[in-house]
Amino acid sequence: MAAAALLRRIPAARAPPTALMAARTISDSTAPLTIETSVPFTSHIVDPPSRDVTTTPAELLTFFRDMSLMRRMEIAADSLYKAKLIRGFCHLYDGQEAVAVGMEAAITRSDSIITAYRDHCIYLARGGDLVSAFAELMGRQAGCSRGKGGSMHFYKKDANFYGGHGIVGAQVPLGCGLAFAQKYRKEETATFALYGDGAANQGQLFEALNISALWKLPSILVCENNHYGMGTAEWRAAKSPAYYKRGDYVPGLKVDGMDVLAVKQACKFAKEHAVANGPIVLEMDTYRYHGHSMSDPGSTYRTRDEISGVRQERDPIERVRKLILAHDLATPAELKDTEKEIRKEVDDAIAKAKVSVAFSVLFLVSL
Amino acid sequence: MMCSIQITKGLLDKYGPDRVLDTPITEAGFTGIAVGAAYQGLRPVVEFMTFNFSMQAIDHIINSAAKSNYMSAGQISVPIVFRGPNGAAAGVGAQHSQCYAAWYAHVPGLKVLAPYSAEDARGLLKSAIRDPDPVVFLENELLYGESFPISAEVLDSSFSLPIGKAKIEREGKDITITAYSKMVGYALQAAEILSKEGISAEVINLRSIRPLDRAAINASVRKTNRLVTLEEGFPQHGVGSEICMSVVEESFEYLDAPVERIAGADVPMPYAANLERMAVPQVDDIVRAAKRACYRAAPMAATA
Repeated sequence: MAAAALLRRIPAARAPPTALMAARTISDSTAPLTIETSVPFTSHIVDPPSRDVTTTPAELLTFFRDMSLMRRMEIAADSLYKAKLIRGFCHLYDGQEAVAVGMEAAITRSDSIITAYRDHCIYLARGGDLVSAFAELMGRQAGCSRGKGGSMHFYKKDANFYGGHGIVGAQVPLGCGLAFAQKYRKEETATFALYGDGAANQGQLFEALNISALWKLPSILVCENNHYGMGTAEWRAAKSPAYYKRGDYVPGLKVDGMDVLAVKQACKFAKEHAVANGPIVLEMDTYRYHGHSMSDPGSTYRTRDEISGVRQERDPIERVRKLILAHDLATPAELKDTEKEIRKEVDDAIAKAKVSVAFSVLFLVSL
Repeated sequence: MMCSIQITKGLLDKYGPDRVLDTPITEAGFTGIAVGAAYQGLRPVVEFMTFNFSMQAIDHIINSAAKSNYMSAGQISVPIVFRGPNGAAAGVGAQHSQCYAAWYAHVPGLKVLAPYSAEDARGLLKSAIRDPDPVVFLENELLYGESFPISAEVLDSSFSLPIGKAKIEREGKDITITAYSKMVGYALQAAEILSKEGISAEVINLRSIRPLDRAAINASVRKTNRLVTLEEGFPQHGVGSEICMSVVEESFEYLDAPVERIAGADVPMPYAANLERMAVPQVDDIVRAAKRACYRAAPMAATA
């Protein structure tokens, strides 16, 4: 029904009829397509962007592929953890893929991203590879932090991804510092500092926002509101869970974080705003299917109905699948093939990662 | 700066508002921002009005700055300096008088420096800023007002001092006294008094608390066979404990007497002037400890 509703609202621009009749492969067309976001943006002291988002068939298919890859990676990590190949902390991102993918589509690798500990998919979005991700999770030499960091400390400096932080809220002032450097160097780039609804109440956020506003730093604070800070529901932790308004004198936008196109539009808008005017807050309304971490079943503080409800109604990958099918950009079989390829890619990466060994103790004190 | 001490006086005019910034009184926020700027390759120098306030930012100093190079297997380097006055001033009370040398020197990934003289301050700060890793630079409010003679070499713009090397401020042969910051001056005064009583004290100005110049300390103790460690901070788990352990590990057979530790009193700093004086080491405490290590102490009952 969602697909039908979308079809009704979409204006004239769609794939030309000739494409439908020719012997078709998956569309890699870059012909522009305009699609409406699921809901309009809600804003705080700023005019929101339009809910009409420009995309292309190629981009939509990339969205499908990238999000499916992230989903598969996280599910595989769950199995590896249960097989005791991953130990310690492991915080999975499945459900939130649209935020990582939509953001990446709106920016360049010269913009910076910093996040907390739920960082595997951001690493991937910034160009990280599966083998080094799995190897890091398993503490091997081939890991992106050579086994020294673990799940919470993935980095990719050459793509301006600054981690991977375990202390709740710390990444936000750090992100404003990245923005400081960007402004100092007159780079016309921005920093996206991601944090959760739990971290949104941290005092250091407000300290960093205050300084960012005073100094007009290109900081974009992105609250990935998955509605639970560990096991505490947002309404029990925040007197005001309208996180996009919490910047007070700083403008904010509330975004459907399960709609990759809405995320892309919001991030594009935010970057332009931040470079010109200083900080802005984005609240991504999103959801995580897993518990807070692998030690949390995730069902003691929320109902299974709620979780399955979100999966049915709002899953980000399913939304894009429906869009692709509705616009005839691929057949269901082609998308299934893509998913099969992804499964194989992930399995191969795990096999390669398993072959890499852990460092000997000689490397304990050296890099 | 809102600082009455005005270490940064004149810098705003010289370097401009893009490089010299006043911040709100929000240590967690501005320290985090500075560390983030360092991640991106800038070289921030963060001033804490005193190191007591660094506790508000200590998560960023330790978890965001000190550990990042290791956690990222070398990808992220953090060329930042945290500086400001450390330790007791005069009459500022318990919350404004703590020495943080032991706390910061405990952490792998940090370098911790404590200048004594003007030469130390100039040479060590330059090295700290040039260093690719986070450096905690512990100054002393009371030393700001003291003058030191310096050579033309020190005034030269390229002058710098290596991190990790102590300085023998006064050579001696009977006993080694290690000290840092203001206590170096006290140790030198004590050495003067001791020399009149026939005890030749070697005073080591540590300059670098982490890394500690273990080689210099041990070489000195192997020469003198006796050691007094001196610091202003609280005694338990202090800098002196680490120095003692280093000597036990490397030069045990050379010790002719137990190591003596002089530190501040194990209480929060009191306000009353006479109590404050009793809470930090004084020159005669150092002299007494040195004599004890030389088996020249007066009988116990007379130590009041």
